[in-house]
Amino acid sequence: MNDLEKIVSEAIDQFASTRESAELERVKASYLGKAGRLTEMLKGLGKLAPEARRESGALINAAKERIEAALTARRAAIALAALEARLAEESLDVTLPGRGRGRGGIHPVIRTWQRVEAIFRSIGFDVADGPEIESDWYNFTALNNPENHPARSMQDTFYIEDKDSSGLQLLLRTHTSPMQVRYARQHRAPVKVIAPGRTYRVDSDATHSPMFHQVEGLWIDEHISFADLKGVYTDFLRRFFETDDLQVRFRPSFFPFTEPSAEIDMMFADGPNKGKWLEISGSGQVHPTVVRNFGLEPERYIGFAFGSGLERLTMLRYGINDLRLFFDGDLRFLRQFA
Amino acid sequence: MQFSERWLRTLVDPSLPSDDLCHLLTMSGLEVETCVAVAPPFSKVVVAQVIKVARHPNADRLTLCSVDTGDGAPIGVVCGAPNVVAGMKVPCALIGAKLPGESAGQVLEIKPVAVRGVQSFGMLCSERELGISDDHSGLLVLPADAQAGTDVRNYCALDDNLITVKLTPNRADCLSVLGVAREVSALTRAPLTAPDIPAVAHTIDDTLPVSITDPEGCGRFTGRVIRDVDARAPTPEWIKRRLERSGQRSISALVDVTNYVMLELGRPLHVYDLDKLRGGIDVRFGRKGESVKLLNEQTVEVDETVLCITDDSGPIGLAGIMGGDSTKADLDSRHVFLESAFFFPQAIAGRARRYNFSSDAAHRFERGVDFDNNVAGVERATRLILDICGGQAGPVEDLVARLPARKPVMMRVNRAHKVIGVPVPADEIADIFHRLGLGAAREGTAANELFVVTPPSFRFDIEIEEDLIEEVARVHGFERIPAHPPTAPAIMRAEPERYRTLHSVRQQLAASDYNEVINFSFVDEAWEADFAGNAEPIRLLNPIASQLAVMRSSLIGSLVANVRHNLNRKVSRVRVFEVGRAYLRDASVKDGDRDVAGVRQPTRIAAIAYGPVLDEQWGVRERNVDFFDVKGDVEALLATQHVRFTPEVHPALHPGRAARVMLDGRPIGWVGELHPRWQQKYELPLVPVLFELDAEPLLRLELPRYREISRFPPVIRDLAVLVPDGVAAQTLLDELESARPAAVRDIRLFDVYRGTGIEGGLKSLAFRVVMQDTAKTLTDGEADAAMAELTRVLAAKFGAKLRA
Repeated sequence: MNDLEKIVSEAIDQFASTRESAELERVKASYLGKAGRLTEMLKGLGKLAPEARRESGALINAAKERIEAALTARRAAIALAALEARLAEESLDVTLPGRGRGRGGIHPVIRTWQRVEAIFRSIGFDVADGPEIESDWYNFTALNNPENHPARSMQDTFYIEDKDSSGLQLLLRTHTSPMQVRYARQHRAPVKVIAPGRTYRVDSDATHSPMFHQVEGLWIDEHISFADLKGVYTDFLRRFFETDDLQVRFRPSFFPFTEPSAEIDMMFADGPNKGKWLEISGSGQVHPTVVRNFGLEPERYIGFAFGSGLERLTMLRYGINDLRLFFDGDLRFLRQFA
Repeated sequence: MQFSERWLRTLVDPSLPSDDLCHLLTMSGLEVETCVAVAPPFSKVVVAQVIKVARHPNADRLTLCSVDTGDGAPIGVVCGAPNVVAGMKVPCALIGAKLPGESAGQVLEIKPVAVRGVQSFGMLCSERELGISDDHSGLLVLPADAQAGTDVRNYCALDDNLITVKLTPNRADCLSVLGVAREVSALTRAPLTAPDIPAVAHTIDDTLPVSITDPEGCGRFTGRVIRDVDARAPTPEWIKRRLERSGQRSISALVDVTNYVMLELGRPLHVYDLDKLRGGIDVRFGRKGESVKLLNEQTVEVDETVLCITDDSGPIGLAGIMGGDSTKADLDSRHVFLESAFFFPQAIAGRARRYNFSSDAAHRFERGVDFDNNVAGVERATRLILDICGGQAGPVEDLVARLPARKPVMMRVNRAHKVIGVPVPADEIADIFHRLGLGAAREGTAANELFVVTPPSFRFDIEIEEDLIEEVARVHGFERIPAHPPTAPAIMRAEPERYRTLHSVRQQLAASDYNEVINFSFVDEAWEADFAGNAEPIRLLNPIASQLAVMRSSLIGSLVANVRHNLNRKVSRVRVFEVGRAYLRDASVKDGDRDVAGVRQPTRIAAIAYGPVLDEQWGVRERNVDFFDVKGDVEALLATQHVRFTPEVHPALHPGRAARVMLDGRPIGWVGELHPRWQQKYELPLVPVLFELDAEPLLRLELPRYREISRFPPVIRDLAVLVPDGVAAQTLLDELESARPAAVRDIRLFDVYRGTGIEGGLKSLAFRVVMQDTAKTLTDGEADAAMAELTRVLAAKFGAKLRA
């Protein structure tokens, strides 16, 4: 039976020397195939006596199992080597840039617009929209700014050639305040709304654009006071600039549609504008005449309004120093806000 | 309004440094825009008299001056000024003087020096050398009566600040030094020393007849004749200085006096040459056809809305705005008439602006002028004129026709609390009103206290309760009102699911590689013609530039300009979008909550793509963007909606490469290539592809509705047909859809082919047909029947043949 032992060890050696599965299978055939050496030995069993046949048979089968085990192990090793070779061959330079379409971006002023909306929505403000070519009544008269009033010259107005239903020249709204009136007339008190949008004034230099954006805010209820205005707007600025480290001051001013009226100034504790008071918004308690034009009774309903420039907020937020960049569509600028 | 701090402090002198005074004014509503020193710091500069002037031995341009500095022995000074002459009084910087240097912060110290070999013991100064102005044409010449040795800072009152206050239109009462002083006194409790104005007794009896035909325009007219004045007398230095520090040039003694009284008391005056008046004066509204030549040489036509000063010759001035040329007092005038009138703001407001000019008088009258200081103004001016120009004054004639009503205004303490948000004690309110000179009566019960205020003649901004609440809040101090966190009911606000916001559309476009731009709503008229075929755009009456003169009815022109702007800056791939309104005349639009009659202002979403479809990258063949790339972007934007594209013609677009975008059967916009004509005119090397859509319909969304998923396997078959080249694919899809057998779930076009193997004039269209039943597995026979039906329909409608 030393033969058998020899066959097994030869088979294991031969398997180990193979490099490919086809070669391995050929070697396998020489042992386990139809004419294989073990197969021949099994065929030879028939000639033995039953006692010897059982004994030899058991030994041969044991040898066959060992060969098969060696075969399986070798098959796995060859498959693994093949896989490893393939993986090595397939490896990529994963540091090459990815392919496909790039990403555009939202205009920085609109980005501010969206953040302002989100901040005010978070305390229950609605968002309104309205026409930009506006009537004299909504832009001025309804806001307690009658014709010929000196306050009208505070805002240089663009007029268009068409007239409104009462024969007055139509104009480009000089502020977002007409939307206060439009929204309040459509809704019942309490009125709690912001109205962002484009506005226009005859003014064009390094710090003024003939078209710009404002956001109007209005909160009317039975008890909304000047102290509430201070609270809401101060909180807004701190959320918008994401710092509690800024000072806000309210300074008496005049607007036809509010009384008391205030200019709101803010001051950063650090950064390039540190220590400077920056005008950020006009505001005040809505004038009773305007509340009446909302269709509400001013004795019962009071509240505040404010109007802030979105460009100004955007410039302070992102450190932009030239207003004109907003409107010339330069991708080298816009791509910084992708 | 600009004024001198020193002048202000002659009327009220709180113990506050200048900065604190300015802060106080700003925080009480009189915003101080600037506060600048009249002169920078310097020392040891005195008034000196030039005694003798001799040529410098070694320099033609220099002189040797012997100068009396009030110190006994004259000193020798080398001087280079061209205007130096013996006898003149000039500033002289003594040895040890420190002068402002050439640049800020620098100091120039005067030492004895040899100038071209001659010793100089001081320096005679120009205005620039003292830092007062940029004038370096010669020495600053001081008046002959200046005392040598006097410190120049004191003599010229240079320790002073120019304060500029940005006054709001409601505070006309502060358009004078007295007005600001009154405010400062109220805020600081420092006593107010108003100018003492004793009446000037008349020495002649001459008067000018005055009448007021229109008392709703002119409420009061006070006047006085002054005879035998010397109109050429010089204006005293102190008046000139105060005028200059208020931003007014000195013109002549008579004019200077009227300007001075206006600045001091807020009382506009006018002085006429009595000899040039024809008869008496009547104040009335103008008449059609009348005109008047004004002091500024402008001739204006008046009408029934313009209040005029008239004499027998007709209008001789615009009341409260500007006097006339024909009756003005000049240097030759001998006899004059002073006018001190009250005109109602509503009779003046807007008139000057209508004639395109402004004046100090109009600025004040349209905001409201004190109607109780007419006589004081005349007396003040008379005194100054008599002192400066001499003359004989007639009696003051004070014609009062109608004065503004001063109705008492009530303010409830509780209402003030409600509006301000915190209580201000009634005692403090009483004190505030008292300090502001708003004589207030305190009434009501302890629980419902109220004040009744009769506004003084100089305040035109106190008519309703809120006007008084504002005064209380302002003087109490906005800074002392706390910032309240507001309380409100916690009502949920949810976004409707059937609606998306413009912001989400913006996000989607940004994710599709478009950058958002914001362009002006007013554009070049040519863009409207080229890109919108609009010959009658909505024009601005007062555009700031001709290329910004009309309201755009399409965003396309602006986007083309964005491409050009970037190409000029070497950015060769441009993909931008804009969300903005278009402005179109539309008679069907009526006035409404969100509409203005006659103008439709829909919000549009538009985008343009130019250059390579992708950013340059490795492993991808570069190709320029085409129609179907951008159409794909539009489809992505409308993915959940039923969108169709129909070939139509648009003025901006290539006629064969443009489609109207239809949503639920309604047109909502366009997609297409720019017309080659505009590509050429606007100098674009490549053709841009663009779209413009109405925003509103695009924001409405369907709520998703679940349909059962079939458990049976789908059968997928392809159908390739040959049809004439001109047949639109959509028409085949429409036919297939309308003839769709029940088993067919989906039909999709997946290939278009022309060329080798296909007869000329034909194209091959291939459709993938997905069939499925929810109740059973489809048999081959059922699938064959469905495909046969689809083939039959295409053959019948389009003569389509199956592709071999």
